[in-house]
Amino acid sequence: MILKGRKVVGGTVEGEALVSSDPVSFYGGVDPDTGVITEPGHVLCGKCITGKVFVFPTGKGSTVGSYVIYRMKKQGTAPAAIINVETEAILATGCVISSIPLVDKLDKNPLKTLKTGMKLRIVGEKGLVESI
Amino acid sequence: MLAGEYGAGVAKSLELLVALGDVFGAEKLVPVEGAHVSGVSYKNLGDAGLEWLEDQAKMGARAKVRATLNPTGMDMARWREMDVPEKFAVGQLRVIRAFETLGIEPTCTCTPYLVGHVPRFGAQIAWAESSAICYSNSVIGARTNRESGPTTIASAITGLTPLYEYRLDENRLPGKLVEVEAKLSDPLDYSALGYVTGKMVGTTVPYFRGLGKPGLESLKTLGAALATSGGVALWHGEGVTPEAEKIKPHLKEVEKVMVTENDLKQAREKFTCEVADPVTCIGCPHCSIHEVGEVAKLCKGKELAKKLWVFTSRGVYAEAERKGYVGQIEEAGGRVYVDTCMVVAPLKEMGWKEVALNSFKGAQYSVNMGLKTRMGTAAGLVKEALK
Repeated sequence: MILKGRKVVGGTVEGEALVSSDPVSFYGGVDPDTGVITEPGHVLCGKCITGKVFVFPTGKGSTVGSYVIYRMKKQGTAPAAIINVETEAILATGCVISSIPLVDKLDKNPLKTLKTGMKLRIVGEKGLVESI
Repeated sequence: MLAGEYGAGVAKSLELLVALGDVFGAEKLVPVEGAHVSGVSYKNLGDAGLEWLEDQAKMGARAKVRATLNPTGMDMARWREMDVPEKFAVGQLRVIRAFETLGIEPTCTCTPYLVGHVPRFGAQIAWAESSAICYSNSVIGARTNRESGPTTIASAITGLTPLYEYRLDENRLPGKLVEVEAKLSDPLDYSALGYVTGKMVGTTVPYFRGLGKPGLESLKTLGAALATSGGVALWHGEGVTPEAEKIKPHLKEVEKVMVTENDLKQAREKFTCEVADPVTCIGCPHCSIHEVGEVAKLCKGKELAKKLWVFTSRGVYAEAERKGYVGQIEEAGGRVYVDTCMVVAPLKEMGWKEVALNSFKGAQYSVNMGLKTRMGTAAGLVKEALK
């Protein structure tokens, strides 16, 4: 299976999908030291996003979120790549400054097509998502 | 630039602007004439933001257009007497050093337009700080989007910004016509109007009719409140702002809303609760010389029973000192601090529980921090604080 979308941040990585139907705030919603989602009531609360191909609708919350993504990358707790339905400025900024591949606007809804646990390859430069 | 021939810092900055340009559907990058950078308080940045800034500074890129800086979490010289914890101060000082290395002037004010950073009408600029965005877009007629810390730094370094949204004529047209039926006299009224209107219009561009003749202080507090309760980056005022006349023909298709005296009263009541010993804070946005003078006149030769803190920029402070205003306020027991304000200082760690203010922006942020608030005009609140 190959999905085609838009490149926001380039880079090629492989990893296991973790799919969230809820939007994500990196500031206050994720513990940067452990990579665990801490937002009460979040569909993935208690799950670790480190090294995952993290799939969710879009970002939300404070602009400080960009810096939290950067800190996670430096500490080794960041996701390997991010796939959004449609991304926004805080996430895009966070992924650029941290060099984390980010693609969005895929030709099929990633929240329905991609399942947690699937092995994926992201080719950020081309906006491609492949199952492997 | 992207290939790195100007260094990693420039390449990374450009990559950010291109990526955001793609996200927002910008056709190209255009030159900017200046930048105003937010995200300065260590309270908001934390160690994550500090680390990023220090890494940026190490990469060697420097601002190539004029760039000024928003307030920090403390008065850079008098933080000890503000009861700012030492650990916070150490982090904050490192933040400022990183900005200075990047070639960004540590003006540390949310009112750069009062200390000599005044863009031209129509100039493309990259400004963050929501109240300053509103002022430069609306009152001056320069052009900026709602930029963030990283994007303003990237624009300062590259001298470029993606061309979208408020940078284009067609997106500067009004989305709502706001008929003001309320009487507006004190800046507090304009702040309340901004708060009420922001709730009504969200992120659309309001066009005000019935603003009267607002002074600089009213214009700056109106925009600050609009950006706080809504996401307003640009507003027009009939007979007040420079683009209002030209866009008048577009008002025919625009929905009309009304703001009444009662709306303003309700907004004031919402932020007025029983307080026993509030700190009176004047200076959100940072005080003009006129505002510092008003407070000084009331304090002159008197003694304060309650804490009174005035916040302003270093530029205005210097003038206020020369005019004797600072002395008059401090001799009465008040304080005039620079570089910071009640929105970005670590008030919780400083032990604050209650504040009295003349700004709805300040009030909203104080409530968000768990503080109790009381609203009043600057003159009214200073009189209450006197013995």
